[in-house]
Formats: sequence, C-alpha cells, structure tokens
Amino acid sequence: MSNAKETVSRTLIVALALCIVCSVVVSTAAVMLKPAQVTNQNLDIKSNILAAAGMLEAGATPAEIEAQFQRFEVRLVDLDTGEYVDASAVGFDDAMKYDMYRAASDPAQATVLGSEDPAGIKRRPNVAKIFMLIENGELQRVVLPVHGYGLWSTLYGFVSLEGDANTIEGLGFYAHAETPGLGGEVDNPRWKQQWIGKTVYGTEFTQPEIRLVKGGVDPNDPNKEHKVDALSGATLTSRGVENLLNYWMGESGYATFLQKLRQGEV
Amino acid sequence: MADTNAKQVLFGPIFSNNPIALQILGICSALAVTTSLNVTIVMCISVIAVTAFSNLAVSLVRTQIPNSIRIIVQMTIIASLVIVVDQVLKAYAYEISKQLSVFVGLIITNCIVMGRAEGFAMKNGPALSFLDGIGNGLGYSVMLLFIAFFRELLGAGSLFGVTLLPTVNEGGWYIPNGLLLLPPSAFFIIGLAIWGLRAWKPEQVEEPDYKLSRHKAKEAF
Repeated sequence: MSNAKETVSRTLIVALALCIVCSVVVSTAAVMLKPAQVTNQNLDIKSNILAAAGMLEAGATPAEIEAQFQRFEVRLVDLDTGEYVDASAVGFDDAMKYDMYRAASDPAQATVLGSEDPAGIKRRPNVAKIFMLIENGELQRVVLPVHGYGLWSTLYGFVSLEGDANTIEGLGFYAHAETPGLGGEVDNPRWKQQWIGKTVYGTEFTQPEIRLVKGGVDPNDPNKEHKVDALSGATLTSRGVENLLNYWMGESGYATFLQKLRQGEV
Repeated sequence: MADTNAKQVLFGPIFSNNPIALQILGICSALAVTTSLNVTIVMCISVIAVTAFSNLAVSLVRTQIPNSIRIIVQMTIIASLVIVVDQVLKAYAYEISKQLSVFVGLIITNCIVMGRAEGFAMKNGPALSFLDGIGNGLGYSVMLLFIAFFRELLGAGSLFGVTLLPTVNEGGWYIPNGLLLLPPSAFFIIGLAIWGLRAWKPEQVEEPDYKLSRHKAKEAF
C-alpha cells in the first residue's frame, strides 16, 4: 500500500491537486474580500486626516467620517513652484488617487535629496497631495502630509494649519514604530494638545522655527509660540519630529506654496 | 488509538501539556503581540482557527500524502489558511490587523501549527485532529493572555484599552513600567509562568541531562 503512494506520478498528482485547491481558496478569499479592504484603507486615511484637523469625533461611524471628509477639497501642489497642478499631470483622473509616497520612489516624479536631508527621507516627491477646507470662499484649514525619520522608523503624519497658513491646528502621526511608552508617546493626546495654537513661522515668514525643548517651555520665552515640550525619554524621536516639521515647512517643503497661499496668489 | 479520548485531546494542552510552557513552542509571537489584550485576543483566535483547520485538512488527506512531500504539503495547507485569515482580518478588523502587521503572516512559521500537523494530524482522524488543533490553540491562547494581562496592566496601566491605573503621562499617578512594553519582558513572564506551572504540576519538571556524581577518587591531602 505504501508503495502505491510513493510513486513519482502519484507524488506529482498530489502536489498538483493540492496547489490547485489551495490557490483557488486563496484567490477566492482575496477577490471576495477586496472591496471591504479597500473601503477600510480609504476610511483609515480619511480618519487620519480628520484626526489631524481635530475634526474626528470619538466613535464616528464610517458615514460620518465620509461626510466630514467631503467638506475637504483634495488638491495637488507642485512643491518647487508652489502652484496647483492638475491630477492629469501625474497621470490620474482624480487627485485622491495620487499617492505621493509611491511617487517618491519614481525617479521621474521625485527629487533626490543628497546631503540636504534633515528629515531622513532620501527622496522627496515633486507633487504633494494636500487637503483644504474652504468655506464661504475662505480658507479655513489646510492639512499637509509630512513624514520623516525618528529613532527606529519613519513617522508618517499630517499637520493641520489654520487659514493664515501659519498657526498649527493639530498634528498626528498615523504610522510609526517608535519605542512604546517613550517615542511612542507622539500619539499621546495630551502631548498633541500642546501643538494647538503654535505658529510655524516668525513675523518674516522666512524659516520655520519649530523647536521641541527639553524640560518644558518657559512661559517667559519670547519665542514660546514656536516651542513645544519634547517627549520625555525620547530625545531622538523628538529631534526627528522637529527636523521633519521644519523640513516640510521649509523651502524644500511647503514654504513656497504656503507663502503664495498667504498672499492669495493661489 | 483507544487512549486518545476527545476531552483529553481538547483540554490536555491547556495546562498539562501547554505548547508554550511545556513544549516551548511559539515563543516568537508570544513576545511580539502581547502588549495589549485586544491585539492578543485577535491573534489567539487566528492561531486557533489556523491550527484547527490545518489539522482538519491535513488529517483528511493524510492517507493520500506521499511521505516524500508531506512537510511541504502541510506547509502549503497552513500557508493558504494563514493568507485567508490575514485577508479576513484586513477586511473586518482593519485597526487590529494594522497592529498585528506581519505577525499574522508569521503564524505560518509558528512551530505549534506545524508541530501539530506533523505530530498529531498525520496519525489521527479528522474529528480528533480538529479538537487537537483547538486544544493547542487554546493552550497557546491561555499563555498569551496571561502574558498580555501583566504587560498591558503594568506597562500601560490599562486592560483591553480601558485605563485602570491612570499613568503620569495622562495626568494620573501611575508610573508605567516601560520594560513591560518591550519584547524581552515577555521572557521574564513566560519564565515565571513556567516556574509556577511546574511548581503546581511537578511531573512537568524535566529530568536533568546529567547528574553530578560523588567525588570518588582519593586525592593526596
């Protein structure tokens, strides 16, 4: 009996049958569950954007998130010129479909940063996808994606600015792998609370001046509106957050666009 | 196989033959996914499902599998099941599947699954194998939940995400033990748990590999 099982042809037949059955099972699962997964991913991105803008209610249903997000306008911005670009320029019919992190790995759509790379991202996409809340013809909020290296990982997040394109309304990181309890405290709502009302630029709007300082912000400090208490026990994560924010708010990031936005040129 | 009754197969692995504590299998994921109970429970359910159904599937085809390719056949079955579980989690428990990230995929490499398929399902009928899979999954789960209970409570001051000990960072009084949120702490907890279990059930204590014999040679002193 064991001989009948061990022949070469028998082995091949069993292997083949198994492969067919397993691949049918796997591909059926993948195809059938795809719509639900795509919905989840989109909802996740949208709720991250709303969370950074401080517009996400705890326990919001998918329909509520969708409705809130509808208030935002998705725009693509050329970071070098600070002008809006059309979705067709990056090969999509809908701006929402553009993925700036995927574009960063495409040499045609990204700039290699070389030595001028404080955020540690190596390549910067030329076009960024931003979210604007415009009501009654007036800009209320602009949500900008930012990312950069902390201690262990790249932090991905959003910064939300008020209509003056200077005052921070909130920020949040949706993906990182910093040390739980130390650098991982970038997710702590109490820490994030401190950012609200801080300003990115000084009166000249030249350089972003965000600083994370150890030991708390001195209330008598003349520059306290740019300063936030660093995360305790997480010097390198704090430095990473400071660098990535200053990078993205700087010349190579959104500064050109924000300048035009303030002057009403775009 | 008269000596394997269903109850013993199902409940044996929980305390008297625990896959983590006695067989020391599946430690890797026990370190990785036990920082919070919510994540741990989803991981446990996934592992129970994979061990149970892979045991069932392997047992159903066990008479047909040629000996020369049996390990790869088991691997293929397990890998397919793990992919299905991963897809289901991404569709219905997206938040938790993000936290589990690669560890769902790594159930494939969990020695418990492979060990039960090769050690039990190849020799026993489908019903018993299915129960054995559930039993071993439960044994793994009990251990994981035990670890996660201490790690989440003392490391983050909460259980199932509900704050019990308000931490200093949240404005409370409890200074959390950061070590418990890092993987090495699970080693300490597993070690203490094995000690406790073997003190309770001394028959689990392994025979030492060698014994020091008495000094026999007479030396010139």
